[in-house]
Amino acid sequence: MADETTNQGIPEPEGHSEVIATDYEIGQDNIEAQIGPLKFDIHNPVFVISAAMIVLFVAIALIWPEGSKETFLAMRDYVKSTFDWFFLLSANFFVIFALFLIVSPWGKIRLGGSEATPDYSYPAWFAMLFAAGMGIGLMFFGVLEPVYYFGTPWGDQPLGGALGIVDGVVADPAALKAARQMAMAATIYHWGLHPWAIYAIVGLALALFSYNKGLPLTLRSAFYPLLGERVWGAWGNAIDTIAAFATLFGLATSLGFGATQVASGLTEVFGSGDATAGTRNFMGFLWGNADGSSDSSVLLVLIITFITAIALVSVIRGLDGGVKVLSEINMGLAGLLLAFVFFAGPTLAILGDFIGGLVGYAKNIAPLSNPFGRDDTGFLHGWTTFYWAWWISWSPFVGMFIARVSRGRTVREFVISVLLIPSLVCVFWMATFGGTAISQVVAGASESGVFQNVIAAYKPEISLFAMLGELPLASITSVLAVVLVIIFFVTSSDSGSLVIDTITAGGKVDAPVSQRIFWCIFEGAVAGVLLRGAAGTAGLDSLQAMVISSGLFFTAVLLVMCFSIMRGLMSEPR
Amino acid sequence: MFKRIMMPVDLAHVESLGQAVTVAADLAGHYGAELVFVGVTATAPSRAAHSPEEYRDKLAAFAAQKASRHAITTRAQPIISHDPAVELDDVLIKAVGEVGADLVVMATHVPNMADMILPAHGGALARHTDVSVFLVRHA
Repeated sequence: MADETTNQGIPEPEGHSEVIATDYEIGQDNIEAQIGPLKFDIHNPVFVISAAMIVLFVAIALIWPEGSKETFLAMRDYVKSTFDWFFLLSANFFVIFALFLIVSPWGKIRLGGSEATPDYSYPAWFAMLFAAGMGIGLMFFGVLEPVYYFGTPWGDQPLGGALGIVDGVVADPAALKAARQMAMAATIYHWGLHPWAIYAIVGLALALFSYNKGLPLTLRSAFYPLLGERVWGAWGNAIDTIAAFATLFGLATSLGFGATQVASGLTEVFGSGDATAGTRNFMGFLWGNADGSSDSSVLLVLIITFITAIALVSVIRGLDGGVKVLSEINMGLAGLLLAFVFFAGPTLAILGDFIGGLVGYAKNIAPLSNPFGRDDTGFLHGWTTFYWAWWISWSPFVGMFIARVSRGRTVREFVISVLLIPSLVCVFWMATFGGTAISQVVAGASESGVFQNVIAAYKPEISLFAMLGELPLASITSVLAVVLVIIFFVTSSDSGSLVIDTITAGGKVDAPVSQRIFWCIFEGAVAGVLLRGAAGTAGLDSLQAMVISSGLFFTAVLLVMCFSIMRGLMSEPR
Repeated sequence: MFKRIMMPVDLAHVESLGQAVTVAADLAGHYGAELVFVGVTATAPSRAAHSPEEYRDKLAAFAAQKASRHAITTRAQPIISHDPAVELDDVLIKAVGEVGADLVVMATHVPNMADMILPAHGGALARHTDVSVFLVRHA
């Protein structure tokens, strides 16, 4: 095998799945050690370099918060505006490729070999897909995004269309309907086929090369058709290190921002005192800001500690006892909230937004996904490219987690379930939450809470609570929403810890528990340190900007993965 | 006295089994018991095997080799777990019932500080099953 060229590295199909014959043994580059009572089994270069780079970047963010923020934000903005065409065209390609796989004859290949059976039932599987991939985004953007596109006073509405509300006055019925449909369509565009195609491709590549080809469950394995045995050396180390790095920082910054959202939500709903006078606080943690935003780092660190603690319990209980259970609880609660808003809100209008949104999506998907000749650069760069870079840099984490729980599904089943069903659920969610919010804005104009917190003044973390505030049982649903947000962060943290643990253990899923405990705590520590140490959220901003810039690198990685998937599928017996 | 002896093995660390296999095999020979080797594997590739099917084959080969070496009856029982690192205790406890063992022989380490946080698997088996458990310490 070692002396064969790359093109002959994958043997001819025979038997029920074709394991790649390589002399590489999983764990051969690992150091198995014991520090006191704790055992470790870590991949030598990947773990050490990832950990060192993370510490280095956190130090940079702490020592030069404003400077590093400026630099990384500039880098992010450069990447977003210069490479917007690359992100958009690649994402379009991924959607088409994924749809092709559904109908292609390779769709019936089963992950894990022809005799494999699915590891998880459909409900458990979906719950885990959502909770890892997108749950928190739905909570945060569900109200915010449709309303924003409906009435933004900052000129960045999708495709530069007419707004539904201008200067506090609701537009005439025709313009209103068009604006509403476009707002839903553009939101669905960001949460529908494109992001899920990205996750599906990464998940499929990793699952195929692990369960069918017998290679370690880590990103480098998907490069075997291209790099052959070189994938175990420096090339593979680089890929895995960057993936671990992007995952950890993606999680830590997401956790940090999430804590600010939870803090703002808690203060808005349960706080006392006066925002304008600057005395508004939650349980005695003082706020200083008239706009209601929180910068009391003590409260934020407490929230992060709380989230990390629950995630730690989940991680120790493992995939079935922890992650799956929490994900199912999440889906149950989210379903409850969704059903409540659907029935307590303007149900007919929501159904109208659901259908209208889908129709609008079908009509507008081409102009929205076209990167050339666009005048609405505020929308194109500020929203679409930002999202694509974010989803793509998040995709090693989500893709690996999806791969971990998807053994036994056929390619067709996998792509349909990861691409189409979550997209539909997202559409329904956005129609329910966003549609209700838009209806509230139309009915109440500048009096509505949603208008005040999204259009009049931009306070995104309050938007969900503002919408719930105008429905019955607001205090109960607000508690439910806060709980949901917290649990969604926990499920991102626990699944992320498992993924980083696997990548830095060279693809082993059975590394000692002490390692995943380490990563879980480390993530929380990074988020907490950045919030306490840097000027406000400058540390988080700069590191998140850096993660998004890494989306450029990962877009190239994903394109290679598409190639690998085809090589892998073609060499499987059918 | 014993009809079926269960021995959990870690195929990724066969060398750490030490003399425990010999002890188990001797007991099986003495009591005319069947020796069942139980191995737990994840669904993803691991150090021991590239796939659960390969693991099953390896465990069967291991059992066959011990059978011919010690002139006893052996069987291989591979178990697939989604998260072996945390589920091992529960999986082994359940396996005792499934295998129908009346004695478990396990290789184990000398107790140390680690056991206060992450207790040894042998101890868990002894606590939560009602069969005899023989812990063979490393020399």
